[in-house]
Amino acid sequence: MKKLLHYLKTFSLWELLKGLKLTGRYFVDKKVTVQFPEEETPRSPRFRGLHALRRYPNGEERCIACKLCEAVCPALAITIAAEPREDGSRRTTKYEIDLFKCVYCGFCEESCPVDSIVLTDLQHYHFENRGEQIVTKEKLLAIGDKYENEIAKARKEDAPFR
Amino acid sequence: MIEIEIDGKTFQAEPGSMIIEVADKVGIPIPRFCYHKKLSIAANCRMCLVEVEKAPKPMPACATPVTPGMKILTCSQKAREAQKSVMEFLLINHPLDCPICDQGGECELQDVSLGYGKGISRFTEGKRSVKDDDLGPLIATEMTRCIQCTRCVRFEQEVAGFRELGATGRGENMEITTFIKHSISHEMSGNIIDLCPVGALTSKPYRFSARAWELDQVEAVAPHDCIGSNIYVHKRVQEVMRVVPRENETLNETWLSDRDRYAYTAVNSPARLHKPMIKVNNVWQETDWATALEFVADGLQKVLTQYGPKQIGAFAAPSATTEEHYLLQKLMRTLGINSVDHRLHQTDVSDQKYAPLYPSLGIKIEELELQDTILLIGSNIQREQPIAGHRIRKATLRGAQVLSINAVDYPVNFNLAEKIITAPDHFNLNLAGIAKALSAQSKADLPTQILDLLKEIQPSAIEQKFAAQLSSGEKKLILLGAVAQNHPEAATLRALAQLIGTLSSAKVGCLTEGANSAGAWLAGAVPHRGPAGAALPESGLAMNTGLGASLRAYFLLGIEPEFDAANPAAAVASLNKAEFVVACSPFKTDGLLQYTHAILPIAAFTETSGTYVNAEGRWQSFNAAVAAPGEARPGWKVLRVLGNQLNLADFDYVTSEQVRDELRVLVDAAVFPLPNPHPKGDGIGKRAEGKGIMRITEWPIYSIDNMVRQSQPLQDSATNEPTAVYMNEKLAKDLQLQDGAMVKVIQGSAQAELPLMVDARIAAGCVWIPAGRPETATLGAAFGSVEIIM
Repeated sequence: MKKLLHYLKTFSLWELLKGLKLTGRYFVDKKVTVQFPEEETPRSPRFRGLHALRRYPNGEERCIACKLCEAVCPALAITIAAEPREDGSRRTTKYEIDLFKCVYCGFCEESCPVDSIVLTDLQHYHFENRGEQIVTKEKLLAIGDKYENEIAKARKEDAPFR
Repeated sequence: MIEIEIDGKTFQAEPGSMIIEVADKVGIPIPRFCYHKKLSIAANCRMCLVEVEKAPKPMPACATPVTPGMKILTCSQKAREAQKSVMEFLLINHPLDCPICDQGGECELQDVSLGYGKGISRFTEGKRSVKDDDLGPLIATEMTRCIQCTRCVRFEQEVAGFRELGATGRGENMEITTFIKHSISHEMSGNIIDLCPVGALTSKPYRFSARAWELDQVEAVAPHDCIGSNIYVHKRVQEVMRVVPRENETLNETWLSDRDRYAYTAVNSPARLHKPMIKVNNVWQETDWATALEFVADGLQKVLTQYGPKQIGAFAAPSATTEEHYLLQKLMRTLGINSVDHRLHQTDVSDQKYAPLYPSLGIKIEELELQDTILLIGSNIQREQPIAGHRIRKATLRGAQVLSINAVDYPVNFNLAEKIITAPDHFNLNLAGIAKALSAQSKADLPTQILDLLKEIQPSAIEQKFAAQLSSGEKKLILLGAVAQNHPEAATLRALAQLIGTLSSAKVGCLTEGANSAGAWLAGAVPHRGPAGAALPESGLAMNTGLGASLRAYFLLGIEPEFDAANPAAAVASLNKAEFVVACSPFKTDGLLQYTHAILPIAAFTETSGTYVNAEGRWQSFNAAVAAPGEARPGWKVLRVLGNQLNLADFDYVTSEQVRDELRVLVDAAVFPLPNPHPKGDGIGKRAEGKGIMRITEWPIYSIDNMVRQSQPLQDSATNEPTAVYMNEKLAKDLQLQDGAMVKVIQGSAQAELPLMVDARIAAGCVWIPAGRPETATLGAAFGSVEIIM
């Protein structure tokens, strides 16, 4: 009896059908594969990616050169030089982040008293030439300007939990 | 001594001392804002409240004297509560924007509020804001941050001696202001920055450029006066960010003069020279060290073989380090050149062979304040050596009598018992009068030739008074200032000072110009002596003679003769005529480019190791804080390699310490005869035949050397007198000149056009013209006669 059942299963390709059943189920099931780079997985508003410097709505840069981010940075990735601007306010003349040194810990954002330096959710970036990994103040402000809406949205989403 | 108990431990205390002093001595922390050990007690911040047993309320530790058996609790419940409450009050009006405050990170209020504050404030009302005063180019203000501790007010009143700052209004409306709108002009004003516990008063040149936690501090010695104030150079990576005082009770206490504090701003000046430069076929080109040194060595050799060593002069700034002076003279003397000198402004050195081993103050700097009678001769002490001026002010507050003979009635922050304001060519007569009046009552043995010189002198009433003051009192000191040392009859003045010193048993001291005159004498950077006073076979030319003697070649170390020389017109003329001129200078200036053939970039004071010997003979060595910019190198290294280039023996030093130790051995072994107590004084009592108006020349506080001249904040300071011809009203009337008019100053063939300023402080028949300024660089002898026309 047992032998008969074995022959029956063998010649009716039962195992194969069983396998195909799984295949068939996944064939019609909802797909989970993300079509990178066309598609991306969702990210938390707390995601820590590329840095940006933000501005106030009136266009004034937020950074006041207090140098707390520079002091707190565990990887010594931030370099700041400051001097009084023409109107007498305290401003940076140089704000550079070495992305090769950065460990994306987010301490700089935590320490910033004016929410100027932030880690955006941008994670796809590359460098083509030596030295490009040092992001200058102009580049950081440009990133901030470009993604201000996304940055503001992420901060707003996270606000109730802080 | 009495016994008190603090926090359960027993300590010995001086009766009458305050609790906070005892606690500070034994290292028990008590928070404070208004208390400062060098200032009077105000007890207005109330931060130092502590619990004293049997006292109903907490007591301020800074204003409560200790009593026998007193039991003090600094961190009991009651004390803590009191401190917390005071902190809350202090923070009511203090802005909480530490991130944009320049004091952030080194703020006493920040530290104390972290340690003793409450964390939350119950104050929800609006904070006050206060308008800022403009205190000039050195001090930045943010008066909203002021917590009214009044340290700055007390400093101005008690230490600076001028009430330039004060508190107006009461309670919440109290503001620290300058009363009338003006900038602060005291020469030690920068100290209020250190005193301010918050960010209300900060340094303007340093403003917003760095944070305290980024800075490394390196010990150094201030390079501008003969006190040798101790400083910390604060640097970030390889950049000097600021200079602050290093406490040394025997020299500068906790203070620092503005000149020493802000001169660092010249280090990064645009005029800084980064590469050696040589002039080939009349065209300047930048080059490397090997080429430049070869060029210099060849140039010197050529003049040497063609004209001999007498046609070369090597002149160094008195602010060069001892090592530089020593190597310069060693290099030159090995080549047979004896015209080595550092006495930049001095014109009469005819008594140099009688001079002691080095010019000294005669006493320790801290002993200045213990003197009973001080006679100042030709000294603007507050501007020349601010720290010495401060010590003398302390002496007068103790009751000392200060007498002064000057050509200008300098405003000083202490009381002058008596003063003589007269033309410089009268100093001699006045001093002779004092000596004569003293000799009448003194029993000192005097050589007859000196008594003969005094025979004709009739002391006037004021000279009698001077003599009377000098014969009373226990500790007496006679100080020769810059005008006396640069005087055309300086030798006679020195002889007279010595004579008065002997007659009144007073010590005679010199307040030399530059940081290292004593070091230069010891190192042998004088034309008649080698290192440690060694005799030379033949003496060379002194600075003033040498610079005017049209020699064939010159070697200049850190000097700019058009600003520094006692006779700039003659010096520049003779440099222009010379065949080969080399300058070692940190800066590239128009003057140097005009008359030199090679400029070697050397390090500024923060970039070289070396030794300064101050007026009391104290050797202070220091290391470089940062590396010199570009290819600039420390002066001693340049001289050492130049020695190798010229194939001289014994120029194999590796460190500046080796140079110093070599000299130190010589100095320690030197047996130097005591100076002749009565040097030759042929000129005593004889008035030099002068014609016309006499020029009084001073190198003002911010014109004395190339560093301060390149420092923009110091140049902009209100302490810097404008360049002009100063004379009193009578002379202006006699010459029929108007105040403010442009006048022509003529000295033989040299002339300059300057505005005229009527100034009642100037002695009759004289004009005061500052040197070291571009406008006066074309003039002649510092103390010559001048003609002034419209």
